[in-house]
Amino acid sequence: MTFIEKMQAIDRRIIFLLIALAVIIPMVFKLVIPVRPSPIVQAIFDKIEELPSGSKVLLSFDYGPATVPENQPMADGLARHCMIRGHKLYLMAVWATGEAQGNITIENVIAKEFPDAVYGEDYIQLGYKAGNQGLINAIFTDLKGMYTTDAGGVDINSFPMMKEVNTLPDFDLILCIGSGKPGLKEWVQFAGDRGDIPVSGGVTAVEAPLLYPYYPKQLLGLMGGLQGAAQFEAALVKKYPQYKDVSSGAVILMGPQTVAHLVIIAFVIIGNIGFFVLRRREKRARTE
Amino acid sequence: MNFSDYFVLWVGGLLTLMIFSFLYRDNPFYKFAEHLFVGVSAAYWMVVGFWTTFIPNLIGSIYPPSVSWFTANPEEARTVIASLYDQMWYWRYGRIVPLILGCMLLTRLAPKASWMSRWPMAFIIGYAAGTNLTRYLQSDFVAQIKATLVPLIVFNEAGFSLGETISNIVIVFGVLSALVYFFFSKEHKGWFGGTARVGIWVLMVAFGAAFGYTVMARISLLIGRMNFLGSWLGSVF
Amino acid sequence: MRREIPLFITFIIGTALVVALFIPHEPFRELDHQFSVWFDIIAVFAFILGGGNLLRVHVDRITRKHPDRIYSMVTIVGFLGTLLIGLFKFGGDPGLTGNYIAQGTWFKVVYDAFFVPLGATMFSLLAFFVASASYRAFRAKTREATILLIAAFIILVGRTPLGYYLTFWLPEPLQFLHIPNLSSWIMSVPNLAGQRAIMIGIALGIIATSLKLILGIERSYLGQEK
Repeated sequence: MTFIEKMQAIDRRIIFLLIALAVIIPMVFKLVIPVRPSPIVQAIFDKIEELPSGSKVLLSFDYGPATVPENQPMADGLARHCMIRGHKLYLMAVWATGEAQGNITIENVIAKEFPDAVYGEDYIQLGYKAGNQGLINAIFTDLKGMYTTDAGGVDINSFPMMKEVNTLPDFDLILCIGSGKPGLKEWVQFAGDRGDIPVSGGVTAVEAPLLYPYYPKQLLGLMGGLQGAAQFEAALVKKYPQYKDVSSGAVILMGPQTVAHLVIIAFVIIGNIGFFVLRRREKRARTE
Repeated sequence: MNFSDYFVLWVGGLLTLMIFSFLYRDNPFYKFAEHLFVGVSAAYWMVVGFWTTFIPNLIGSIYPPSVSWFTANPEEARTVIASLYDQMWYWRYGRIVPLILGCMLLTRLAPKASWMSRWPMAFIIGYAAGTNLTRYLQSDFVAQIKATLVPLIVFNEAGFSLGETISNIVIVFGVLSALVYFFFSKEHKGWFGGTARVGIWVLMVAFGAAFGYTVMARISLLIGRMNFLGSWLGSVF
Repeated sequence: MRREIPLFITFIIGTALVVALFIPHEPFRELDHQFSVWFDIIAVFAFILGGGNLLRVHVDRITRKHPDRIYSMVTIVGFLGTLLIGLFKFGGDPGLTGNYIAQGTWFKVVYDAFFVPLGATMFSLLAFFVASASYRAFRAKTREATILLIAAFIILVGRTPLGYYLTFWLPEPLQFLHIPNLSSWIMSVPNLAGQRAIMIGIALGIIATSLKLILGIERSYLGQEK
């Protein structure tokens, strides 16, 4: 067996080990790589920035623990930016796991960084309801018919920030952090296009390419995966440098991400070199 | 850190290692973790659905005083109950319909009575068909065609824009050629076959982009887990 | 009647929702809302059905003495344990008051200690298999495969800061070849074209299927007549 043949038949566990090392080593050495916002991510930042202070922004948590590394920094970044701008933030979830993720954002971002923000006046956790796109359809015409209370069971009408909100078109912007169905696509279909409401947000990298046809008319901007989240953090720090320390959850992880990409690229190249060498050899052997 | 934090960290850490052990080969630890995940997640969805929708939107709507059983503050319960009574009575009691349909759906668990589940299934299918028809028509069909009707020669403030012109030509002919590839009622021969071939190339670029993004996504999730393992080990040492 | 009534239900619900788009006034507006609420409530029963099915399958495996029955017991214990903890709100406010997933409840601990690590790690395993597939299966065998490979390559490099450092020195007229720009262009132009064609194709399929369902032409969801 030649070296090339051996390489082609390499035990997959060695590949597993290499990819694990590609992630672990840059993490140990805290490799940080600068990130620049792309136009599609900058568009979200600009929209939140240009909305007048006090605008009503709905942030839907439509993901679960499985995609937290990609989605949580997006949600944290959007919530942080909305709170900096003084928008009223309405948290909800179309995914059963979303409410718990929303609580993490409240705990780690809103409560810690904006201690003056008042629950029910500046932000509210509406929580989860079953029904997927049926929920979006139901709250489109009557939000309080579905959400009679907030997530904690308190009368929805007792909160000052709920006074002017009855339907989805009452919101100035809908943001969705999604990782599948129902998610950002359903928000575009059942809310944005139906009520002419600006929709934007972030999704896992797997889903991002599928949503590009909506951009920019139906979808104002899009964060795709960890890279998208890191770009949003970079856009925020550029405008508000005082948040550099906290707005870095995704940027920090871009070091290992970059190294792992390089290793995968190396795998593809080595795999193909081996393939072409063996194919040429086979052809030569056949002609002889 | 209190006991529950340690519990979460240690159980989480051990379960993570159990799942990763599959990379070496299938083994009882992995099977244990996998089966536990299935059981816990099925119950999780049931509990969440029960407390967030079943109780407030079904039971609370049909019989508003029941709200007081689940609210710590009696004053709170009173205002919620009052607001529920404000709703039109026929829609409030109308929620008996999804209650009956929901119970009929559960007959799928009993093979002899499972024919009854056709009614709720018919409702679900009717609802999905009615909403999908209109939403896909507006967002994924009409809006997409509209967005593809773009100028093939672009002039902006600076004059003729070669970049935007090329981009628009690629978008228009890319969409058309890929649609031609999907059209199977005519044999892919001659100019039609040539266009379909270009369509395949456009689709290949889209699949390549999707593959690149998929790699990115999976690596990100691995980084997240490694980060967790790092914090677990960090707490030990 | 076992088939006629369901067909009638599908027709009425589907038609009312389509009409609601064109006549967004009463009674169709209210019907649209109420049917959505009913759908949301029935969705909860679907969760219960899922749990019931799971229980049935695993109890069946235990009673039939399946070789993996020990793992079925793990599933059942995990299922029933989580269900009890969640439905009775153990560790939370007294009785059944308070939020089911508030800090301090056992359900929150189960979520953090079991659900989160198991779900997250299960998905992260895919990173290893993607890496393995890149090495073993991602070959430029044909012209189409080569196009796919090149696109993926540019995206992978361009979506990392490495792409910037490789080509940032290019002069202004050649900036479109700068890898991050090229990567963004691939996403916004040829990828968009391909995805849009797929989207239009899927939309046509869904619209046609929905119409067939509403009009009772497609009835396979009703199963076989017994």
